Amino acid sequence: MIGAEVWRSFYQDSVALMRLAESLRALDGVEEAAALMGTPANMEILAQAGLATAETATATPGDLVLAVRATGETAVRAALARARELLTERRRAPAAAGRPAPRTLDAALRELPEANVAMISVPGAYAALEAKRALLRGLHVFLFSDNVPLADEIELKRLARRKRLLCMGPDCGTAYLAGVPLGFANVVPRGRVGLVAASGTGLQAVACHLAALGEGVSHGIGVGGRDLSAEVGGAMTTLALEALGADSSTSLVVVISKPPAPEALPALEDAVTRVGKPVVVCCLGAAAPPGTHARWVGTLADAAPAAVAGLRGETWTPRPFGDAAAVRARLAAHAAGARGRSVLGLYTGGTLAHEATLLLEPLLGRAVHGPGAGGDAAPRIIDLGDDEFTRGRPHPMIDPGARAARVREAGRDREVGVLLLDLVLGRAAHPDPAGPLAAAVAEARRAAHADGRSLVAVASVVGTAADPQGLDGQVKTLLAAGIEVLPTNAEAARFAAAVARPDLAPRILGDRP
Amino acid sequence: MSLDRGLGGPLRVINLGLQVFADDLRAAGVPVVQVDWRPPAGGDPALVALLARLEDDED
Amino acid sequence: MGIREANAEALRRIVDAEPVLVDCIPAADALGLEPRVVLHAGPPIAWEAMCPTLQAAVIGALRHERWAASAEDAARAAAGGDIRFEPCHHRGAVGPMTGMITRSMPVLVVENRAAGNRAHATINEGLGKVLRFGASDASVLARLAWLQQEAGPLLGRALRASGGIALRPLMAQALTMGDEMHQRNVAASSLLLRALLPSLVRAGSGEALARVVEFIAGNDQFFLNVAMAVGKAATDPAAGVAGSTLVTTMARNGTEFGIRVAGCGDRWFTAPVNTPAGLYFPGFSAADANPDMGDSAIVETIGLGGMAMAASPAAARFVGAGGLEEALAVTEEMREIAAGEHPHFRIVTQRDRGAPVGIDVRRVVTTLVTPVINTGIAGRTPGTGQVGAGTVRAPIACFTAALEALATARQSAGQGVAR
Repeated sequence: MIGAEVWRSFYQDSVALMRLAESLRALDGVEEAAALMGTPANMEILAQAGLATAETATATPGDLVLAVRATGETAVRAALARARELLTERRRAPAAAGRPAPRTLDAALRELPEANVAMISVPGAYAALEAKRALLRGLHVFLFSDNVPLADEIELKRLARRKRLLCMGPDCGTAYLAGVPLGFANVVPRGRVGLVAASGTGLQAVACHLAALGEGVSHGIGVGGRDLSAEVGGAMTTLALEALGADSSTSLVVVISKPPAPEALPALEDAVTRVGKPVVVCCLGAAAPPGTHARWVGTLADAAPAAVAGLRGETWTPRPFGDAAAVRARLAAHAAGARGRSVLGLYTGGTLAHEATLLLEPLLGRAVHGPGAGGDAAPRIIDLGDDEFTRGRPHPMIDPGARAARVREAGRDREVGVLLLDLVLGRAAHPDPAGPLAAAVAEARRAAHADGRSLVAVASVVGTAADPQGLDGQVKTLLAAGIEVLPTNAEAARFAAAVARPDLAPRILGDRP
Repeated sequence: MSLDRGLGGPLRVINLGLQVFADDLRAAGVPVVQVDWRPPAGGDPALVALLARLEDDED
Repeated sequence: MGIREANAEALRRIVDAEPVLVDCIPAADALGLEPRVVLHAGPPIAWEAMCPTLQAAVIGALRHERWAASAEDAARAAAGGDIRFEPCHHRGAVGPMTGMITRSMPVLVVENRAAGNRAHATINEGLGKVLRFGASDASVLARLAWLQQEAGPLLGRALRASGGIALRPLMAQALTMGDEMHQRNVAASSLLLRALLPSLVRAGSGEALARVVEFIAGNDQFFLNVAMAVGKAATDPAAGVAGSTLVTTMARNGTEFGIRVAGCGDRWFTAPVNTPAGLYFPGFSAADANPDMGDSAIVETIGLGGMAMAASPAAARFVGAGGLEEALAVTEEMREIAAGEHPHFRIVTQRDRGAPVGIDVRRVVTTLVTPVINTGIAGRTPGTGQVGAGTVRAPIACFTAALEALATARQSAGQGVAR
């Protein structure tokens, strides 16, 4: 049977129409097909091909005529539908070479219409608007920008929840979605642990530790530092828990956060209960709330082992050091030598700095976070990634120069006996952060030694062998400069305290309460 | 790709801001488009405020 | 209606238009033009503010209508408040360059069969010394008389007998042949003459027919006025789509550039015009260029002209040394500020992607990319004629003013309240 359509006032050039007819002829059941402009000559051709109908007779030269002869009604309809598709399909832009980059999200969507994630690291004043636009377009958002007003964060996360999308951030540095690392992320194996983290370096530390213990990450969802505040109420943390609960590749979830605001705690607990899988909550400085369904741990170093034990059905209890014997031996090596009394922490990762503070304060007294009053032995912990140090300067994870300068300064400071450091590897970080740090430490130690003092440097490295910088090589570089390298930041902080205060070593090692 | 369809991939990313994020994704074989982002309206605060009032509605 | 829906509706009305050239009749009948009314291009403007070329054209129009016997009388009448000036756009018409329309002049009638509205434009006089460039000597007046007495009526009879010439497929085809229908219209003009010829031949005869055919065949820009009327016929239905931020009009009068946007109806947003830049005919230079003039930017408003530069690399040579690369880059830049792609006007050099259409005021202000208009360059000394061709940008101030009005309108409509 024959089916025909006349598209009024619709022009296509003859070559395009011949190709169209050819593709229709290739369809199942189609015996003959024609696509022609409605000129008298073409209508003659149509008639001679036995395809003319009452419909086609109404065509004028400006109209496009489609005619199909096929085995039955279904085949005719399918052919005409296919013709419609071909005539109205949007042509995709040719691939990028030589074309200017799109200036806006919408222009980018024309190039990649199936985009599902927008990564936003524009200045904070504009970030919320771009994030809102991306959410309205149905994309998950990775919002790296900081200095986004709290009110905007609340609005964004409300919108994201309504659209069942992730709004990761503001101030989210790291994430993993479907095995793809986003932002400052380490190369870790895909696996069965889902992570939800308020902090980038926290997520990085736990992910690397999981890798070292032979496990992997299903997804790592950053939620930004304010998510578990009273105002935001855990909007994304709870959504992430729900998503990981429903995710078939996730067997256990780890939540990494500062202590949640009391107002946010019920929502968190509720979400934890609904996950239906084991949950480990790593809350720096908070105790487990009564009746919680999750396993709560107090340091990043405990999160991965607790998770692994949960996965394997093993028991595990936290200890101050993984290898206490080795630590004892190395402490002994540092027993001799005059040195300053204070610990100076120079950190690139804020969460790691915070963890160090929480661990050192009960041992060494209240920490200061800026230029200290000289003369007391209070620990000084500086987060060089903090806003006050990064205005107009690159982040220390990208540019080691600022920290190296302070390390060299410390070599001349008689008060400083122990340097406590972090080193964060991974994508987007500096290609060789250990090099400049090790050189600066070596120089500082020489300066101290020339002055008759010893300066002990203690570090931990967040990274994996698969990271672009290579964990082993970076560790070797640090060791060669005489730096003590501990497996986790918590151990490094404890080690530093034990060096500064040998009298406290038994307590720190857990030999004595 | 809302969460109702799960967290499974594949990821296709649009990057507004730091080029290094797009470079890393490209090196990992993830489809990514880098936006040549500049402050809207040249950063003029009055115009930016007007633009914010004329965003497409939430649907 | 939210902005997204409003823009989708406005865009749909623009791209779904079905323009048909149906008639040619005196402006008095087509537009209800009264005596002593002179229509001009661009937004409203008073006599005192008009540039010399525009004033010279007005004088020519007054003499053509015999509302003044001499140039001096004409100037006095115009300055003395005897003459009412209105934008062509306010009376259902568009005019290139100075855009003169008075009641006796024959106007081509384009009907938009999709929405039922009509738009009008005069018959393009040709190149050189013509009224639209401010010339009004005896040869100009003689030609205007001939258009009124012979060419217009013959075209009218031919068009009525033909049942109308479908313009959308014709323009789509011309676009594949290297026309962008602002600076370059030779393919469209040829296709139109071909479509019209049988009806013309049946409607006329002898020397009169020969004169008309010769006139059309000799004017590469004959189709420009038709394309402009198509632009207006397509955009008028979009005016009044509440909340839409899409541009419905771009027009210049040699002093001010005016835009209108769908969500603000008939309101003009104006700013001083820029002066076009490009290449000049022998004997002329940039010093001879008149500031930007004409309603012809309506062509860009529907995705042609500068927006479709990629279809016309020859036109791009006015903006750069290369041609195709520059042309592609211009259209790509225009895609940043356009809401959609034209389903009918497709660009062969971009694998048949639709031309960028539906200029969104928000995108213009966000990116600070203003529409590129391909344009002829008029001589600033009245009567010089065309001195060159090139491009000009719409001034950003028009768009920021429109943005403000749209934001205010949205607030009043109760849709902009902070949530």
